[in-house]
Amino acid sequence: MNKPIDYNAMPDASGHFGNFGGRFVSETLMHALDELQSIYDDVKNDPSFRAEFDKDLAHYVGRPSPLYFAERLTKKIGGAKIYLKREDLNHTGAHKVNNTIGQALLAKYTGKTRVIAETGAGQHGVASATVAARLGMECVVYMGAEDVKRQSLNVYRMKLLGATVVPVESGSKTLKDAMNEAMRDWVTNVDNTFYIIGTVAGPHPYPQLVRDFQCVIGREARQQCLAQEGTLPNALVACVGGGSNAIGLFHPFLSDDGVDIYGVEAGGLGVETGKHAAPLNDGVPGVLHGNRTYLMEDENGQIIETHSISAGLDYPGVGPEHAWLKDLGRVKYVAINDDEAMQAFRNLTLVEGIMPALETSHAMAYAEKLAQQRPKDEIILVNLSGRGDKDILTVAKIDGIEV
Amino acid sequence: MSRITEVLQQCRASGRKALVTYIVNGDPRPEVTLAAMHALVAAGADIIELGVPFSDPMAEGPVIQKGHERALVHHTSLAGCISLVGEFRQTNRETPVVLMGYANPLERMGYGAFGTAASAAGVDGLLTVDLPPEEASKLKQELAQLNLDTIYLIAPTTTEQRIASIVSLASGFVYYVSLKGVTGAGHLDADSVQQKVTEIRRHTALPLLVGFGIKDADSAKAIGACADGVVVGSVLVKAMGEATDQSCEDICQRLTEITASIRSGLDSLS
Ligand SMILES: Cc1ncc(COP(=O)(O)O)c(C=O)c1O
Repeated sequence: MNKPIDYNAMPDASGHFGNFGGRFVSETLMHALDELQSIYDDVKNDPSFRAEFDKDLAHYVGRPSPLYFAERLTKKIGGAKIYLKREDLNHTGAHKVNNTIGQALLAKYTGKTRVIAETGAGQHGVASATVAARLGMECVVYMGAEDVKRQSLNVYRMKLLGATVVPVESGSKTLKDAMNEAMRDWVTNVDNTFYIIGTVAGPHPYPQLVRDFQCVIGREARQQCLAQEGTLPNALVACVGGGSNAIGLFHPFLSDDGVDIYGVEAGGLGVETGKHAAPLNDGVPGVLHGNRTYLMEDENGQIIETHSISAGLDYPGVGPEHAWLKDLGRVKYVAINDDEAMQAFRNLTLVEGIMPALETSHAMAYAEKLAQQRPKDEIILVNLSGRGDKDILTVAKIDGIEV
Repeated sequence: MSRITEVLQQCRASGRKALVTYIVNGDPRPEVTLAAMHALVAAGADIIELGVPFSDPMAEGPVIQKGHERALVHHTSLAGCISLVGEFRQTNRETPVVLMGYANPLERMGYGAFGTAASAAGVDGLLTVDLPPEEASKLKQELAQLNLDTIYLIAPTTTEQRIASIVSLASGFVYYVSLKGVTGAGHLDADSVQQKVTEIRRHTALPLLVGFGIKDADSAKAIGACADGVVVGSVLVKAMGEATDQSCEDICQRLTEITASIRSGLDSLS
């Protein structure tokens, strides 16, 4: 037997998870990243920082979020018990706010007065605009022009919150292009600007600090499951775009060998069609947006366009820690297609009265499959990463209804 | 001695400010690039920086982004850039060529395969925007064996300590990014460039070239006064963008005019 892996020891001092992660940015940003890392290293074990973070999570976000036994859904599927970690009940409606609360506190410590963010589904943009409003900071959100169209409700929410939303017209006009543009803004305004990255990607230390802020999900879920069921879950399921809700749930369980862990990528029209956003299922290691990870690219190393019904999963890369966990074999990464996700969206809405985000619906669809294969006394814990209100226009369009 | 070092030493010895010109391979059409490289040299460029198109050119402003997009329509690849340099070398053995691009195409090709092919084709150096020294040690090793220079960037935000460590790894020349921003940005400040250049010079005797934001004879002159030379890109790529439907000769004529004007700005310093 090999020595057990110390998952808390990663990333290493240079920001790598094995071959993945690191800091692949232009020189102009290196100092800002060094500075961010040194501030984060200072505050992460500082009781007053943690107390402030915990207080905001309790009183502003509304944590802990419930762990809910989806009894009717469980009956309908007829297999293992399905529990939902209700991140959709957080303020602003998704897990994203856990991270923006943490990064806004860091921004305060750095003394910067302006925050920027990239967003796909708009959830991270809304969560960033929210914390910026609360701190009285200027906020600029970059969003692919394509996503501005399909997530128009969130665009308006951000504007109401006082943020400036900049539609990005370059490349595929989705999340990856929004991230390119945010990086360009950051290079230009690095003196007064804090970049709030929305997922566990980007250059070191972002994958680490976003994970640390999101781990509240898994810590709570672990305690709640022990309290409610007297045992750990048998399996965890979460959707993976960049991977922040997934790593937040998974990380506190990584050393629990008895817990099977599944990350669900966007299979789009089917992994075999090439029209998907599932780099861990069908990608190769490469470098994009500041880190080495699995990517969707062509034979020349050009990043290719992704496809998913869900804007928040429509990204050709994935957080480097997931790339590492895949190669280790600790987490199994699977894919769910657009139509399977839509079916799961309808199921949960009709059977439990909970309308999940389309991102989250990918996790639900896989959880249903898994529950069918597992005995009734087992527990499957799903991260219900966000609510689906933002997606009703997309769903209505599929149904041919004009709202 | 590398071709880059040789040319920059000659420039220094003769009091000539070096002019580095950047264009994107395949922009606006693949058949233009080779002729454009020769035209740039004829108009006074000392080093050619050949942009390797990438789908996500994070450090570029809108002008050069569009250049990458125009080139990618024609599926221009890193391998294609290397073979183009091979063609250029059939008639030009003096002018150094530096490939400038992003890490991912290089990762895809593999450092070893890249080094071997690039060296055989007559490439002289490589500048990878998103590969700071901390992440570049493997590549640097591969390239050093082949006598290829690894060019690193220094930025206005680079601390004195980092400057010292970057120049200790650099070969060929040091590239100072004149402003906080993307390529083609408009807020160049010659005084702050002068200050930083003085700071960098305390740490290295390597030639120091300054780029980003230099767009005409005046700005080239202002910056050239304190450096070994300047790098000019966006103004050339902008001309490409305005000439997409023109003949190769007309495009080269336009590049010649721009380059000659900047050359005369620099020459007025000596
Ligand atoms: C509700 C929801 N879940 C999941 C995601 C995907 O992001 P990540 O993989 O970082 O959790 C998003 C992104 O927008 C989201 O809004």
